Formats: sequence, C-alpha cells, structure tokens
Amino acid sequence: MKNDESRNDESRNVNNISTEAATSPDGSKKSHDKSAGREAFRYAFPLTVPICAGFLFLGISYGLFAVGQGLPWYLPIIMSATIFAGSMEFVTVALLTAPFDPLGAFILAFMVNGRHIFYGLTMLTRYTSQGWKKYPLIFGMCDESFALNATVNLPDNVDRGWFYLHVTWLNFVYWVLGVAMGSIGSQFITLNLKGIEFVLAALFAVIFLDILLKGKNLLPGCIGLGVSLLMRIVLGPDVFMLPAMALMVVIFSLLYKFKGKKETDLADEGGTAS
Amino acid sequence: MTAWEMTITIGAVVLGTMATRFISFVVFAKSEKPPAIVTYLGDMLPAAVMGLLVVYSLKDVSLSVAPNGIPEAIALVILAAVHYWRRNLLLSIAVGTIVYMFLVQEIF
Repeated sequence: MKNDESRNDESRNVNNISTEAATSPDGSKKSHDKSAGREAFRYAFPLTVPICAGFLFLGISYGLFAVGQGLPWYLPIIMSATIFAGSMEFVTVALLTAPFDPLGAFILAFMVNGRHIFYGLTMLTRYTSQGWKKYPLIFGMCDESFALNATVNLPDNVDRGWFYLHVTWLNFVYWVLGVAMGSIGSQFITLNLKGIEFVLAALFAVIFLDILLKGKNLLPGCIGLGVSLLMRIVLGPDVFMLPAMALMVVIFSLLYKFKGKKETDLADEGGTAS
Repeated sequence: MTAWEMTITIGAVVLGTMATRFISFVVFAKSEKPPAIVTYLGDMLPAAVMGLLVVYSLKDVSLSVAPNGIPEAIALVILAAVHYWRRNLLLSIAVGTIVYMFLVQEIF
C-alpha cells in the first residue's frame, strides 16, 4: 500500500502518460464541453486497470464459490449488480443457506459495510456538487472506487464529475463481469474446487494484515480481532457477530470519551484561541 | 429458503448496504462538519470490522475436530509471509487460497 500512496503522490508521472493519451489520437478537443466525458475517460481508464485485474479474479472466485454453495448461476450476478460490496456478497451466500432472517440480514449488511459511512463523510462535498452524477457515484462507492476518487490529483482540464463517474462505472462493470464469468463458467469447469471458499478468509486476512502493517490502525485492529475472538469462543459460531460489533462500538465510544475527547478539546481550544 | 425468501434477504442486504453509502449524504446534507465522535468511529471501525471479518470467515473452523484448523493455520502463515514480502493484495490472496486448496485436496 505504501507503493500505492507514493504512486498517487507522484501523480505527475500518471498525468504525463494520460495527457499524452488524451491529446494525441484525434482533434476532439475543439468541442470541449462535449468531449469532457471522453477526455475524463482517457484519464480514468488506465488508473482502473489494476482494479480490473483484481475484480476479475475476485469476481470469478465469488461466482465459483456461490454456485459451488448451491446457488443458481444467475443469483450471484444479480447480487453483484445490486449489493455491489464484495465482502458482503460472500456473507450473503451464507445468509441464503441459513434460516430466513431479513432484519438480521439488514443489520449485518449495515454493520459489515459501516466503513462506507466514513467514505461518505470523506466524499461529502466532492460528490454532492456533481448533480445527477452523485446518485450513481454514491451507489457505486466501493472500497476501490473510493480509494481512487479520494486520492487522485486531477489536472484542471479534466472534468472531476466525469472522472469520478468513469472510475465508478468501470469498476462496477469489472466486478459484475468477473462474477458472471465465474458463475456461468462454473458449469463448464470440472476442476476440483474444494477449498475455494478460503478466498474469503484470505481476502479479509490480507486486508487486515495490510492495516496492521501500516501501523496506523494497530489499536482498533487488535481490539476488533480480540473482541471477535472472545465473542466467538464465548458465544459460539452462530450468534457472536452482533454482540461483538455492539461491544466494539461501546469500547470505541468509551475510548473516545476518555482519550479522543481530550485531544479534540485541545484541538478545539487551539482553534478558538487562534 | 424459498425463492421469495431469497429475494427478500437479498433486498434486505441491498438496503443495508445502500444505507451505509447514502446515510452520510442524507444526514449531513446541510452541515459542513460531522460530529467528532462520528469521525472518530469512522476512523476506528474499518480496522476493527476487518478483524471481525477475519474471525467471521473462519468461525466454523474447529480446533478439536480433525484436521484441527491446521490447513487454515498453514495457509494463513504462508499468506502473511507472502504479503509481508511483496505487499501485493492479489498475489497474497491467490497464493493463500491455492495453498489451502492444495492442502485440503491432497494432504488433509
């Protein structure tokens, strides 16, 4: 991830590559308003190529996994296009093979995707000012689209709204395409896929490890893992999720009260003093 | 589960997911700065929830029933080593999954 950050910081390199691509092929720059979308696309597409690779791999894995768990081939495709949140789609496969509990499903989806609330706070002003585009932008605000749109440094001649939108819909298409390839392809694949479900644990473990390696979120990461392990051991595999999440919110609220609040009070005092 | 129950379950997940994406834009449509505790929870919860998801995805592993979680442990150690070495999310996920599939198919 350090590499990614430095890549974003060194966006001049990316700019050079993209501007070359944008200006060389044809003279569509004359009607600037009409070509704003195309211009932004030429800038957005190269940045989404790594996400394309990742989404195709994960999407194929998800499609294979879901069909392997007994779901009909079209259901993972529908879920990928409507839920559009990778980890929650894996969890939904488990929900669909468990007893019917729509309220539990809603609460679980809200808690599992709670990080989007933070993304929303970050993109609040940037997306709200995009007119009609803000609805597809918010609908498709997955980890990867957020990461690109929140960190990119755009030159003035590239339309921000179109750039955000191109990144968002491209990533959406990569994911749905990957899932479709996996779930449809699984009917023709005779490979022994026992153990493919581990891709889920591997995905979460790697993201978690990446957070720990960055060092910044060591404390909340360890609290989250510790609380979850404790609740899993005490309450068993079936009902530990919601109590674990509730306990986390309580712990972090207390931490905020005793530790975080002091810091913000100091910051506020500093702010009013100056 | 019937087809109707599946539809409702997926619908509930869609609603829950979209609520997380739209809520900030609805709640803070007018004010510029969200309350400090919301920002604080937004800082803390992503890492904590990822820890929870690790446990969730391995919740049915039993240490007392064969193979005692050994394939999971081996795959996770190799995954962690690869990730520490290369810091490439996709490579680490691919290696970890392939190692696990090999272990449960050929050895355990």
